[in-house]
Amino acid sequence: MLGDYSLGDLSSIFVMQGFAGLILFSVYVLMALGLAIIFGQMGVINMAHGEFMILGAYMTYLCSGFFQTHLPALFPAYFFVAMAIAFLASGALGMLVEWALIRHLYKRPLDTLLATWGLSLILQQAYRSIFGAREVGVELPSWLIGSVQVTDTIEIPINGMFVMGVTTLITVGVALLMYRSRFGAQVRAVVQNRAMAGAVGIDTERVDRLTFGLGCGIAGIAGSAFTMVGSTGPTSGQLYIVDTFLIVVFGGAASLLGTIASAFSISQTQSTLEFFLSGSTAKVITLLAVVGILMLRPQGLFTLKVRR
Amino acid sequence: MIRSTSKPVVNDNPFMKPMEWVSLALLVAVIFVLLPMLLDAFRLNLVGKYLTYSFVALGLVICWGFGGILSLGQGVFFGLGGYLMAMYLKLEASSVENTKIQSTPGIPDFMDWNQITELPWFWKPFQSLPFTLIAVIVVPAFFAFVIGTAMFRRRVGGTYFAIITQAIAAILTILIVGQQGYTGGINGITDLRTLNGWDIRTDSAHAILYFVNGALLVGCILFAQAVKKSKLGRILLAMRDKEDRVRFSGYQVASFKTFAFCLAAVFAAIGGAMFTLQVGFMSPSFVGIVPSIEMVIYAAVGGRLSLFGAVWGTLLVNWAKTTFSESFPELWLFGLGALFIAVVLAFPNGLAGIYRTYVEPRLTRRVKALEPAPAVALPHAAE
Repeated sequence: MLGDYSLGDLSSIFVMQGFAGLILFSVYVLMALGLAIIFGQMGVINMAHGEFMILGAYMTYLCSGFFQTHLPALFPAYFFVAMAIAFLASGALGMLVEWALIRHLYKRPLDTLLATWGLSLILQQAYRSIFGAREVGVELPSWLIGSVQVTDTIEIPINGMFVMGVTTLITVGVALLMYRSRFGAQVRAVVQNRAMAGAVGIDTERVDRLTFGLGCGIAGIAGSAFTMVGSTGPTSGQLYIVDTFLIVVFGGAASLLGTIASAFSISQTQSTLEFFLSGSTAKVITLLAVVGILMLRPQGLFTLKVRR
Repeated sequence: MIRSTSKPVVNDNPFMKPMEWVSLALLVAVIFVLLPMLLDAFRLNLVGKYLTYSFVALGLVICWGFGGILSLGQGVFFGLGGYLMAMYLKLEASSVENTKIQSTPGIPDFMDWNQITELPWFWKPFQSLPFTLIAVIVVPAFFAFVIGTAMFRRRVGGTYFAIITQAIAAILTILIVGQQGYTGGINGITDLRTLNGWDIRTDSAHAILYFVNGALLVGCILFAQAVKKSKLGRILLAMRDKEDRVRFSGYQVASFKTFAFCLAAVFAAIGGAMFTLQVGFMSPSFVGIVPSIEMVIYAAVGGRLSLFGAVWGTLLVNWAKTTFSESFPELWLFGLGALFIAVVLAFPNGLAGIYRTYVEPRLTRRVKALEPAPAVALPHAAE
C-alpha cells in the first residue's frame, strides 16, 4: 500500500495526516483532561461526559448566532466569549449534578456509571427537544478560515492551529492548577486519603464539587473546540465517550502526563492509519491495539506510585 | 438473604426455599399459560423477543450481582450467539435456486452486492446445524474465556473491566458495520426463512419457538440457581465482598471470575440465538454499547441479586419501552434515564429488593397468622 507513493509524497502525507491527527488529539486531550480529573482523581465514571462536552458545543452555537444577529462588530472575537460561557455552563451543570447525584455514590463507583448513563440519556433527549435532532454547525469568523501554505504539498488549516493553541494553554493551566496551587494540593490530598484530608481541615465536599465542576467545565471547552472540526448533534458526545475513557485508562488514571501521551499516540495512530485504510478499519486496529496493550499492562502507560 | 424461620427445616440448605418455588411456579404460569392465553400472535412474539433479553439479564445477575464483575459488553455475546445462528439460517435461505438471479448464486445476497464471489472460509462450517448449535455455545464461551483470563489474572476488575468490555463492544460493532461483505454491515443479516427446512416465519412457528425459548429460560434459571446454591456460588459472593481474603484462603480468584463471566456469556449467546430465530434477523444494533448498557439496566431494575427478578425486570422495562415509545417517543428516553438514576439511588436491589422489604414480610405474616403459633418470632421486620 505504500509502494504507489514517492518518498516526498509520503512525508507530506505523514505531516498532513499528522496535523489532522493533532486536531483530533486536541479535542481528545481536552475531553480526556476533564475525565482524567473526574475518573482519575475522584474515581467516578462519568458516562455523561460526552454530553457535558456537547453542552459546550451548543453554547458555542448559541453564541455564534447571538453575535451574528446582535453584535456583528464583535463577531471576530466571539469564540473567546463562547469558550468562557461553555466552561461556565458545563461547570455549573457539573456542580449541580455532583450535588444531586454523584455525592451519594462515591462508595459505589460502578453505580456512578449507571446513574451517569441515565443522566446522559436525559441530556441527549433534552438537547433533541431544545435544539432539534438535526446536527448544527457554527459560523467561524473569517480569520479562522483558510490555511497556511508551508510547502507546495503541505498546508495547515488555521482553525486547527487555533484549537491546538487553546489546548496547550488549557493543559498548562490545568497542570499548574493541579500541581502548583493550593486547590490542587487539596484535591490531591482528598484523593490520597479522604478521611485524613478532612481531619486536617479540608472541606472535602467542597473540593469534590469543585473538582467535578472543573472536569465538566473543561469538557465544555472541549465541546467549544469540537465545533470547529465537526458538527454538533444530540448524540455526538456519545461517539467520543469510549475513546476518551480508553485514553484515560491507557494513559494510566491519575496521571495528566499519561493522559496527554496516550491521547497523542491514539489520535496519531488513528489518523495515520485512516489515510491508508478505511476509517472503520483504522479505528478497529487502533482500539484493538489499545485493548491488547491494556490487557498486558492494565495499569496504563504511566502510574503514580501511591499506596492505596 | 432472609432465612426461613417458621418451621424447623430438615434440610438446612435446600435447592430452593419455599418462596423461591412459588416464584418459579408464578414465572412458569405467566410465561407458559397466562401470556399465551391473553396475547395475540404478534404480541406473544414480542414477549418472546423480550424474554431473549432476560437470558442476558440472568447472566448479569451471576456475573455482576454475585460475582461483582460488571460487564458492559454483554451485547457482544448476545450478538455473537445471534450472528452465528443467523449465519446458518442465511446460508439455508441462500440456496442456489433461491439466489439464481445473483451473479454468484448460492452465497448470501449481501456478499453478492459487495462483489464477493466465493463463500468465505469462516462461513462454510455454518452449513451444518449441529456445528452451528455447538458454536453458539462454544464460541462466546471461548471469547469470554480469553478476555476473562487475560484480565482477571492481572487482577483487572471493577471499573477498568467495565470500560474495557465496553471498548470491546464498540470494536465489534465497528468491525461488523465496516466489513459489510462478510457480515451484512449496518443492516445485519436479514431475510431469514427456514431452520433445517422448517419455515420460522409463520405464526405457529413463532408460537413453538416462544415455548422453546421459555423452556430454555427456565432451564437456565435452574442452572443458575444450582450455581448459586453450590460452593462455587458462595465463593463468588465472598469474592465480591472481600476478594483478598478469598485469595489468601488459597482460592484461584481469577478462575472463579472467569467462570462467572463465561457463564454469563453463554446465557447471553443462547438469548441471542433465540432472538434471531424469533425475530428473523440480526443486526449490529444489538451488539454495541447502548444495547449492552440497556441490558444491564434490565438486571438492575429486576434486582441484581435475584434470578427471577432479572426476568421480571426485563419484561417490565421492555413493556414500558414499547408502550411509551409507541405513544410518547420523546418521553421514553427521559423515562429510561430517570429509571437508571432511580434504580441506582433509591432501589439498588431493584424490584426484588422492594418485594423483599415490603411484600414478603407481610405475606409471611399472613401465612403465619393462619398457622398454629410458631415457636420463633418474626425477625423480618428488623431486617
